[in-house]
Amino acid sequence: MKNLVYINGNGHLSKAAFEVVTYAKKLGGNVTVLATGKMDSSLLSSLGAYGATEVLINRGITGNDDQQIAAWIASKASEVSNIVFSHDFQGKAIAPRLSVRLKAGLIAGAVSLPETDGSVKVNVFSGKAFGFVKAHSAQRIISLLPNSIAPEEIGNSCPVSEITEEMGATTVRVISVKKPEGAIPLPEAEMVVSAGRGLKGPEHWGMIESLANSLGAATACSRPVADIGWRPHHEHVGQTGVAIRPNLYIAVGISGAIQHLAGVNGSKVIVVVNTDAEAPFFKAADYGVVGDAFEVIPKLTEAIHKFKAAQ
Amino acid sequence: MKILVCISKAPDTTSKIAFTNNNSAFDENGVQYIVNPYDEWYALVRALEIKETSGADVTIITVGTSADEAIMRKALAIGADEAVRIDAEPTDAFMVASEISNYAKTQGFDLVLTGKETINFNGAQIGGMIAEGLNSPYVSIASKLDVHGTMLTLEREITGGVEVVEVALPAVVSCAKGMAEQRIPNMRGIMAARTKPLQVLPSTVTEALTSYVTFASPPAKSSVKLIDPNNMDELVSLLHNEAKVI
Ligand SMILES: Cc1cc2nc3c(=O)[nH]c(=O)nc-3n(C[C@H](O)[C@H](O)[C@H](O)COP(=O)(O)OP(=O)(O)OC[C@H]3O[C@@H](n4cnc5c(N)ncnc54)[C@H](O)[C@@H]3O)c2cc1C
Repeated sequence: MKNLVYINGNGHLSKAAFEVVTYAKKLGGNVTVLATGKMDSSLLSSLGAYGATEVLINRGITGNDDQQIAAWIASKASEVSNIVFSHDFQGKAIAPRLSVRLKAGLIAGAVSLPETDGSVKVNVFSGKAFGFVKAHSAQRIISLLPNSIAPEEIGNSCPVSEITEEMGATTVRVISVKKPEGAIPLPEAEMVVSAGRGLKGPEHWGMIESLANSLGAATACSRPVADIGWRPHHEHVGQTGVAIRPNLYIAVGISGAIQHLAGVNGSKVIVVVNTDAEAPFFKAADYGVVGDAFEVIPKLTEAIHKFKAAQ
Repeated sequence: MKILVCISKAPDTTSKIAFTNNNSAFDENGVQYIVNPYDEWYALVRALEIKETSGADVTIITVGTSADEAIMRKALAIGADEAVRIDAEPTDAFMVASEISNYAKTQGFDLVLTGKETINFNGAQIGGMIAEGLNSPYVSIASKLDVHGTMLTLEREITGGVEVVEVALPAVVSCAKGMAEQRIPNMRGIMAARTKPLQVLPSTVTEALTSYVTFASPPAKSSVKLIDPNNMDELVSLLHNEAKVI
């Protein structure tokens, strides 16, 4: 069996890249990684450790143009059984195109490996339920939600071929890229500290950032907080924001409305800090602290520093 | 300029999510349907803003049954000019997108907008599939869209940041938060919507590439463990020794 994986070879090799390679390896058979971007061959060869048989990096495609990338992947897809993407901004753009081009069923937002009947578990209803989807085509495309499978190192590096295959002129011209310095992308974060309207104003986010820094966590917020402009839109989690599934989600001054819970209840462990013992969030929490965030959060940050120092 | 906005129905965000027929279908009992928020708040409203500033014809399209005409009238009440319903029960994203691209192919739309995903299936597939069907460029998860003549300038989400891109029309764009603000239809809009054209067209697609075999609800959480607010060392120790997440 032959499987393809697409990864974006820009910047560093992300955890999402290790996840998709591990996933494709576990489907069985050979794994060819197709990459675009500027990344060094030596870095890419380390994907062999996660099960890649070989990596092809196409230096002929320089941007994120999904039309070019889909055309290139399609040119490598004969006799391929599965094509695996991360369900990130590129997976969401390239995989649907490829599905139409190859007439291959797309299973979007997979959260685990296929079941014995061939169906794959996916996230539906914004985290309120799971669905099991089957593709009826000979070829199958799967986009994997970040943090759904643990990357597994099983071997050594693999060969990397540098190729230059141009796929026509790009139709999407990149003018600039804005990246918040050093910030952890929310969907990929293993730990997230999130706060809501209970914080009363944007000036109080310093303690949330300190707590996040103490853990190496990303920061997030509830919808009203992003709507009023206390925090940037990309931090808004929930049914109409980003859906996340970190190992640890700490919710501070968030009531736990159903629309908020929808985007975060895939988290492995949930800690809730709220003054109101009746807040609905406590029903979805593993650990709860009934107390004032302004007192609890500095204490928690201090306790984490103490714990880290003792490690 | 001709803009097509793809509208999907979605269960109201407070709906109880349950399944029926041996967990093979969504239980619609007591469920109120709304316009998928991403389609309504961002794609439709941005199309209307473009109409207001530079003039445009805004058509909405839904693949669905006559039951979906209620949400289509809502989109007309917010301000779309006309509506098209492809008369078919949606089976999968490929089928829905193929219906829409088959229709759009002959209509000369400059811009096709979708929401970034629906809140019920979260697939984020339709926009890219339509773009492929129309052989158009696609910009996904856009949070800003400006028209300059025959060009679009957009901001779109990339992992850990934002990319500013430029693309020539015709193009397909999926819309996310930041692009526009929700609008509540007023009485005049609601009255006008009743008489706006709503065309019903026959289905052109029979094939689906995927199907849902079954659904499941997430496992129930065991009850919360409360920790004394003055004992954060205990919380840290539980997170380390019991939950093993730090
Ligand atoms: C269609 C639709 C979609 C939506 N989508 C989303 C979504 O994607 N994400 C989302 O988050 N919301 C969403 N909402 C909004 C949602 O219904 C809630 O209104 C929102 O989540 C509430 O935000 P909050 O918890 O920050 O604020 P509030 O509900 O006001 O809660 C504030 C909480 O802070 C607590 N508090 C106050 N002071 C303190 C203190 N000093 N220390 C500790 N705790 C304190 C209070 O007890 C309270 O529980 C949506 C709503 C609709 C209708």
